[in-house]
Amino acid sequence: MEAVAETSEKAVFIANRKYTGHLFLSAGGFVVAILVNRLFAQVAEGVVIKDYQFGRLVFNMNDLYDLLLIALAVGYIISGFLSYADKNARAAYIKKAKFRFACGIALALWDVTGTKLQILPQPFFPGPAGIAEAFLEEPEYIFTNTLYSLRLYVAGFSLGVLFGIGTGVLIGWFPKISYWVTPVLNITGVIPAVAWMPFALTLLPTPFTAAVFLIIICAWFPIASLTAQGIMSTPKVMFEAAKTLGADTKYQIFRVAIPYAMPHIFTGIGTANAFAFTTLVMAEMMGQPGGLGYYINASKVWSAYYKVFASIVVMAVLFSLISKGISIIRNRVLRWQKGLVV
Amino acid sequence: MKNDVILTVKNIYRTYGGNDEEKEVEALRNVNLEVRKGEFISIIGASGCGKTTLLRLIAGLDKPASGTVSLGDTPITGPDPKRGYVFQQGGLFSWLTVEQNIAAGLKARGVYGKEKDKIPHFIELTGLQGFEKAYPHQISGGMAQRVAIARSLINDPEILLLDEPMGALDSFTRADLQDKLLEIQRNSGITMILVTHDVDEAVYLSDRIVIMTPRPGKIAEILDVNLSKKRNRASENFIEYRNRILDRFHLASLEPEPEYYI
Repeated sequence: MEAVAETSEKAVFIANRKYTGHLFLSAGGFVVAILVNRLFAQVAEGVVIKDYQFGRLVFNMNDLYDLLLIALAVGYIISGFLSYADKNARAAYIKKAKFRFACGIALALWDVTGTKLQILPQPFFPGPAGIAEAFLEEPEYIFTNTLYSLRLYVAGFSLGVLFGIGTGVLIGWFPKISYWVTPVLNITGVIPAVAWMPFALTLLPTPFTAAVFLIIICAWFPIASLTAQGIMSTPKVMFEAAKTLGADTKYQIFRVAIPYAMPHIFTGIGTANAFAFTTLVMAEMMGQPGGLGYYINASKVWSAYYKVFASIVVMAVLFSLISKGISIIRNRVLRWQKGLVV
Repeated sequence: MKNDVILTVKNIYRTYGGNDEEKEVEALRNVNLEVRKGEFISIIGASGCGKTTLLRLIAGLDKPASGTVSLGDTPITGPDPKRGYVFQQGGLFSWLTVEQNIAAGLKARGVYGKEKDKIPHFIELTGLQGFEKAYPHQISGGMAQRVAIARSLINDPEILLLDEPMGALDSFTRADLQDKLLEIQRNSGITMILVTHDVDEAVYLSDRIVIMTPRPGKIAEILDVNLSKKRNRASENFIEYRNRILDRFHLASLEPEPEYYI
């Protein structure tokens, strides 16, 4: 009995030790990156390390870069501890550990080639600290532009989803509407939304509404066509069952057809989301007074490529968060599918 | 006896097709039937005999070419929760849990707020306790049919129409559900009309069996089953009824049976 207890305890210990190894692996790459940044001498000349003051704190670009690396390392250790309680989360954490390590090493290599030695062609490829500098130089300006993009996205995309689902339901439910609207949808749907830019800018009162209009169009098409598809594929037996239970048309549309079409609708929303990001940035690059796309354009003019990269980094983070948010909503709405589809 | 007739099917004709491309098919020819209150009736016949068409006409999901179907004195013009309908399969809403599917009956009529207290009773009646929060794809076929039955019954129908509800089930689950149906009928006294192609099932459950023959679909015979309510599938009388029905089908088939198959 005791021997069994002992071995199982030992097994737990070994498992723990292995898990601890993955914790170190996850954080280790970033720690290496910090060490490289601190210990590797600044060989290349012409890199000005400026101090920026924030209240009583003084930062240079290397400090901010290190701070981000520390945040990543600590963040992954904390998430490692949190994941330990749940078996699935633990497995997922272990699976990604190697990748996190590689990320840290890649940052370290980039730091050496981009900042310390400047082997990469400058000013096109600044090091990670160089990109971080953009956030020290004009944090408010980046924030304002990010907010502008976010506002554009929220306004355009939510209206696009609304119109898309509305049109899709009408097309799916009424054959007559389908007859007249489907061809229009199919023809206009293949045209990239930004092609309407000149008209949008001329005909709509502000650049902001013009961009909103473009995002609405680009989201509208995939959502409308997939919603219609979902509504039309609802099995007849479900409508008949609803009718024999006393359902009126309203019930059949809102409680049978639309719920049935939800998986289709979310496929449409996913596609539309990707289109919307592209349209958003292109619209901003072509005639908006702000936004991340505008920031890229404005920085390019001054050859401030580190700011271009900063904008790209913000986009990556922002768009990932939005996509993640959509997938959380999707999983919530479609939780009934759990176990039905993989 | 005449007074407890609750459903009358009178001179029903139903045809399909008959335009340029399709030949006209006579699905039902001059079908007449009277159903008494509290009765269990089975409609049996080979595929294509119009038995499901007849049930759909009673439900109001289909319209006859001529003739009338009426519940009491009211002619049937469309589907109504007074005539509950259990489909062969696929009638449940896959995005709703067992409980929500049963509640859908109340919600569709707009009486959910008033009558939602009835839900636990029907869950118990159909033996679905413990599965209230399960989704249709997580439960067995037999359970899914019990959900469909509960969903119809919660609307307090006068007749429950069952379209081969046990067709897709294995034989053990089927026997189980048959007993459940009898139990429900005994407790609630509800009139049931069952469409089936299973002779044993018809004899086991029914007070009367409507035998239909195809091309054109019509009623060949209505058979009274004079057996006690608690039936034994192996008893002599049971087997006699079964053989009578099978015999009937042999007589009805156009070609003589070969003496043996190779």
